[in-house]
Parts: sequence; C-alpha cells; structure tokens
Amino acid sequence: MTDLQRPLIAEAPQSTAACAHCGAALAPGQGRFCCTGCEAAYGLVRGLGLDAFYRRREAADGALRPEAAPPAFDALPLIHEEADGVKSLDLMISGLTCGACVWLVEQALAAEPDVMKARVCFSTRRLDLRWRGTAARGNELIALLSRLGFRLAPYTPACLRATEDAEGRALIRALGIAAFGAMNVMLVSIAVWVGEDMGAHTREMMHWLAALIGLPTVLVAGMPFYRSAANALRAGRVNMDMAVSLGVLATAGMSLIETFRNGPYTWFDGATALLALLLAGRVLDRAARRKARQAVAELLALQDGMVTLLMPDGSARLVPAAAVEAGQRLQIATGETLRLDGRAAVETLLDTAATTGESLPRGFGAAAPLPAGSVNMGAPFTLEVTAPLRDGSLAAMARLLESAEQSKGRFVSIADRAARFYVPIAHAIAAATFLLWWAGFGVVWQEALVNAVCVLLITCPCGLAIAVPAVQVVASGALFRRGVLVASATALERLASADSAVLDKTGTLTEGRPVLIPEGQKPEVLRAAASMARASRHPLAKALVRACPDAPLAPDTLEIAGQGLQSGAARLGSPGFCGVAGISDGMVLVYRVADTAPVIFRFADRLREDAPEAVAALKRLGLSVEVLSGDGPGAVASAAIAAGIADWRAEADPRTKAAHIEALKAEGRHPLMVGDGINDAAALAAAHVSASPAGATDLAQTTADIVLQREGLAVLPEAIRIARRAQILARQNIGFSLAYNLVAVPAAIAGLVNPLIAALVMASSSLIVIGNALRAGRA
Amino acid sequence: MEALILLVPVSLLLGALGLVGFLWALRSRQYDDLEGAAARILFDDQPGKDPPP
Repeated sequence: MTDLQRPLIAEAPQSTAACAHCGAALAPGQGRFCCTGCEAAYGLVRGLGLDAFYRRREAADGALRPEAAPPAFDALPLIHEEADGVKSLDLMISGLTCGACVWLVEQALAAEPDVMKARVCFSTRRLDLRWRGTAARGNELIALLSRLGFRLAPYTPACLRATEDAEGRALIRALGIAAFGAMNVMLVSIAVWVGEDMGAHTREMMHWLAALIGLPTVLVAGMPFYRSAANALRAGRVNMDMAVSLGVLATAGMSLIETFRNGPYTWFDGATALLALLLAGRVLDRAARRKARQAVAELLALQDGMVTLLMPDGSARLVPAAAVEAGQRLQIATGETLRLDGRAAVETLLDTAATTGESLPRGFGAAAPLPAGSVNMGAPFTLEVTAPLRDGSLAAMARLLESAEQSKGRFVSIADRAARFYVPIAHAIAAATFLLWWAGFGVVWQEALVNAVCVLLITCPCGLAIAVPAVQVVASGALFRRGVLVASATALERLASADSAVLDKTGTLTEGRPVLIPEGQKPEVLRAAASMARASRHPLAKALVRACPDAPLAPDTLEIAGQGLQSGAARLGSPGFCGVAGISDGMVLVYRVADTAPVIFRFADRLREDAPEAVAALKRLGLSVEVLSGDGPGAVASAAIAAGIADWRAEADPRTKAAHIEALKAEGRHPLMVGDGINDAAALAAAHVSASPAGATDLAQTTADIVLQREGLAVLPEAIRIARRAQILARQNIGFSLAYNLVAVPAAIAGLVNPLIAALVMASSSLIVIGNALRAGRA
Repeated sequence: MEALILLVPVSLLLGALGLVGFLWALRSRQYDDLEGAAARILFDDQPGKDPPP
C-alpha cells in the first residue's frame, strides 16, 4: 500500500472522534486521548519530532495503547558486552502493526545520542539494539519503548527456532535456481520447437546447451522432492513427491538420450518449468505457515517468565525459571504467576484457574503445596521451591501431553490419501504404455519411451500436488487476517471434519479474568477508585482500571502489600483493610474515604459476550456442544446454561478430560477441544482437532492446532466454515485433476501427445486449480 | 547463425549473473524480512543524527 492510499490520520488531533495516539474511539467528554498512557506517548513522539508517524500509521485502533503498568522486566542479565564498551541486546518487540511502527521504534531509539544501532526486523519482530555506555541504559531504552505502547520480551531460543527456517531458505534457493534454469532452457528450446528448418548441427548444439543448463537445474532444484520421496520410500509409504521425482528424472534422462542421438526434440524445458511451478507452490505454503508459527512464538515470548531468586545474602536476582533448583527461595509479587511448585511459610491466596479451572481464588494454608501455574492474588510472599522445572507439575503435565499425542497417531491428509492410490496406478500405466509400444507394436525402444514419458509427465501430479496446498495457503491467509493462527499443516482438514465441540469453561466460555459487576456505583466513585487502582498490579485493581480506563493516576498513592492502597484519607483494598466486617475475602474490593460509608466492588469471571452466539453458530454447523470443566458443578452449570449448552461436566481433572475426549473418539466422533488452561493441555493433544482462545496459557497454545489471537469465540464457527469450504475446494481440485488425466492419458498412450503439449496441458490445469483455490478466502 | 556463437554465451552469462546475485542476496539474509524491507523504502531520512556506521 502506498502513502496515498492510506487514510490520513494527521488530522486526528483536531477531531474528537479518535484518540490522537492509538486511534481508539473516544468516550464523550474525553479531549484528544483515550487514556493518560496515550497522552504521554503522544507527547513523547512529538517531543522526538517524529509526528510523521501518525500520517503513516495503519494500525488497528487501540492496538498501541500503552498499558497502565507495563510489566517490568529486567534486561541486565541478557545484555552482551562487546568490544570497546559497546553493549548489545536482542529483544522481541510486540505491537508492531505496520511499517510506520518499525520507523517509529528505530527513529525513537536513534534519537538517543548513545544508541549506535537499532534495527527492527518486521517479520520476525526482532529488535537488534547496540549502544555505548552502561548496561543500565538498556532498561531505560526498554522503558522508552514501553511508553510508546510497544511490549518487549527477551528474544528466547523459542523465538529463534520459529524464525530460523533453514528448510524454507533451501526451498527459496531451489525455486530461484529452477526459475533461472526454466527461463534459459526455454530460450534454447523455443528455437528448436519453431525452427523446423534448423540444420542438424545447429540443433545438436542447441540440445547440448539445453542439457548443459537443464541437467544441473533438475539435479539441484529437485533435491527437496527427491529427499522427501526417498524418506517416504524408506518408511514404506507412497507420496506425491515420488511421482514428481520420477516424472522429472525420467524426462531429464530421456532428454539426455535424445541429446546423444541428436533426436528432433528434448524436453528439459518441461522438466525445469514443472519444478519451478511446484517449488513456487511450496514456498508460498511454507511462508503462510511460518507467519502463523512466528505469531505463536511472539505470544509465548510475552508470557515467558523470569523469576526473582532470593540469594542467601538477602539480595534478589532475576533468573530464568529453568535455572532454579529445589530448596531455593523465590520472591512472588502480587499478581505474579508461580512458575515452579513450592511451599510458603505463610497463608496465601492463589488463583488456580489455569491449573484446575476453579474460577474463585482459593486460600492455601502455610506449608501447603502450591501448584505452578497459579497466580498470586494476595500479598507478596517467599516461595520455597520443592521441585525444579523439569520435575515439577508442569513437566508432569507435558509428559501426559506427549503420551496423548502419541495415541493420536498419524493423521492421513487428503493429499496423501489421493497419492496412495494415484501414484502406483500412474506408474503402472506408464510402464504398460512402454511395453505396449515396444513389445506390442514393435517400434524402436526410444519411441516407445517417448510415449511412456509423456504418460508420466501428464500424470505427473502437478495439479494434484498444487490442489491441496494452494487451497490451504489461501484459507490460512484468510484466517490469519481474522486473527486465527493455523499452526499445524493438517489442522484445516481436521477442523472441517469436527462433529462435536468440547469447551472448557474458565477462560474459554468465560473471560478467565475478573470483571467488575456493575452494581450501581456512582461513576465519580468508580473513577476515584480506578485512579487509585492504577498504582497497583493486583489482578482486581487491574480489573477496576479496565472498567474505567480513562481514570488518571491518583497522586501520592501508597500500596500496602497484601492489604490495599491508600491515598490521603481514601482507602481501596480488602474488606479488613478498610474496616468492613462481614464480607468474605475473594473477588471483592472495598473503597472507603475516611469513615464514610464503604463502596463495595464485586468481581466475577464473566461469560464472554459472544459465547451464546458462538455456541448457537456451532450448533447450526451441526456440532454437538458440551462443557468440560474442572470447576465446581454450580459455576459450570450456570455458565453452561447462560451460553445455551445443555450438556456439561464439572470437577474434571486433566486425566478425566483427556479420557473423556478418548471416549468420544472411541464412539467414532471427531471432537474439537477448545481450552486455555494447563489442565486442558492433555485433552487438547488427544482431541481430533484443538483450539485455544486468546490469553491461553503457553502450554495450551503450543499444544493447540489453532490459536485464536483476538478476544472472543465468534471467530471459531467462522473458522470451521472456512475450513469446510477449503475442504470442498480441495476435493474439487483433486477431482478436476483426475478428470484431466482421464482425457489426457488415453491420448498420451495413443502417442498423440508430445512432451511440449503435455507440459502446456499440465500448466493450464495448474492455473485452473490455483484459480479455484483463490475462492477459499471468501467466508 | 554466426551471431549465435556470441549471443548465446552472452545471454547465458547475463542470466548466470542474475542467479549469482539472487544467491548472494539469499545468503546475506535479504529475503528474511520482506515486509519490513517493503515498508522501509518509504521512510524519510533520519532526523538529527547520522546513520549509524
């Protein structure tokens, strides 16, 4: 898109419709900004002289709103010391939505006098930062970017794995070589095809030229196919790459023979053009999936945690969770997720929604075992680690997951199923053609071979090999734009065949985080309480800020750990802290100014707004819907009824969930499991196809075939519709390719086709198949 | 026909140059960030500071 086509947002400061920084719609009464964070970011961008950013910005509205309290992360342990006092840091930067963001980040950093290099890689989200000076400057630079609304995380090995795509690069290389070879061979071949009056010597030179270019091209550029075919052969399977390899190699071999005996034609052009076309399909297919993989890695990196290790001498250090041993002590802040199993010497209040599915925070006694994955809802405490990461409950869950994935077996995709019967038949027909002409009609073996190779070329499943990948590329791209990441190659096919949906409750049907229940609190009281809450990272305080996002930070707010907040005479916190008796702890905040009447804010895990609609849409698509949760029967029943689901099961532990999925599969059903928690992971792995909603735990996201990036479930039925449509189109394409063969193969057997016509026929069938695939993008 | 003796090697040489250029670009990782490179061409020059070495 060019600058001219973009909407000009430079006028935004004058209009009252949208926030001048992030572009979100403004509430009535708000001046130019939706929140204080955006106001600060706007001032910062203006101050740096970078307002051009707002003219180029094409981000989704609201995507750049800085967080009320950006998660602190200490970059000191990640900084590398280079020569001459230069420090370098690799970061994963989230929130980049367009080229303008790249520009803003690079320019904002370049404006700092000591920064020597700041380069953002847009597709991998990697920020390479180098500066001269102290290591502590690293944290200041990160804070600068956080104030602009970007989120940063260490560039972990997982990010690198998702980005490093050696196989993809090999494919692009092969494509470049094949395209070069095809074009140059064509140059020579066209002369031979049209130059009927060409002398025998000139023709021989032309043949040798074509062989000189064509043979190395076929050998080098075809490697991805030969390797895959060899692997399949070794495993005793049949795949499309075998047909491709044999067709290409046979054509090249026969052309070489023709070159030696100076026959009328060679067919290096057909072989190289075929390779180029097929490789282009592969490259596109891979690029689409790489995009999805990277988006998942980005989500995970933001969740990847460092823990605060307390040293024996009392000092604290940030270390990766994997480096902590049993017996060491960690500092757990309010709102922090426990990364490791442990015990606390004091009573604690934990939200265990991710590990058990319970929606209410639960009190744990002193010395009770605390499960990893739960969130500290109470005061900060010291955790004595009982098991290192590799032996802890999370690792046990991962092992459960592995066994579930093994039992799943290998899903046979439609392309492989087609290859299974197609490849042997095609090869048998080619062999029969050779025998028919050579032994049957008694022609010289070279001429019989030409006809056999024509059969091979025509049956060479170009359309068939492109039929399914082309549809998948288009459908995955359409889903990607809707915020649905398709992580596995066969996920679309499996999604299309799902016939029952099993939903988790906490975090899937519901939002999975506390939401304020409006109970008629006065707006000014809510505003005052929210401005105090802005100072805290407690989950309930964050929920209060979300209910009133434009509240400015109240001055002189003091946090009393584990109790509440104090600002002058006003207090916000637990009932005990505000001197109110008779309310049980849990999802409640009390706001009280001096001794006036207290205002009570209650929170609940609310049903997602679009859940009933999404459930109804799933039912319309013919899926049976049920709820499977680890929470108590009361909470599960009310959520299920509100969402319009009659069938529900409560108090299911991870094993029960996986067993239930297995039972469904044993009945011959194809369950779609949707879940977000650590306790869902095994069920996700066991299911026919699985999805995880926005904000799911990292374990659920890595296990699921499909990751929803945006809030809400409404996109799930839409994804199923797109997947089903893609499946229909894939079938049409396969059917079309087979029909083509039914007409063309008899002609080839009869010797009516020469390899040039065969190649043209193949290319045209590929074009029709690709054109048909483009329709998969429409919902 | 004598022209072919000159023209064919020349055309092949030019083609091979293009191929070598492509392989060089691929090896120096210029194909890793296609979207970023597409946006970068529209950026203005850097205000205030010389580009880093």
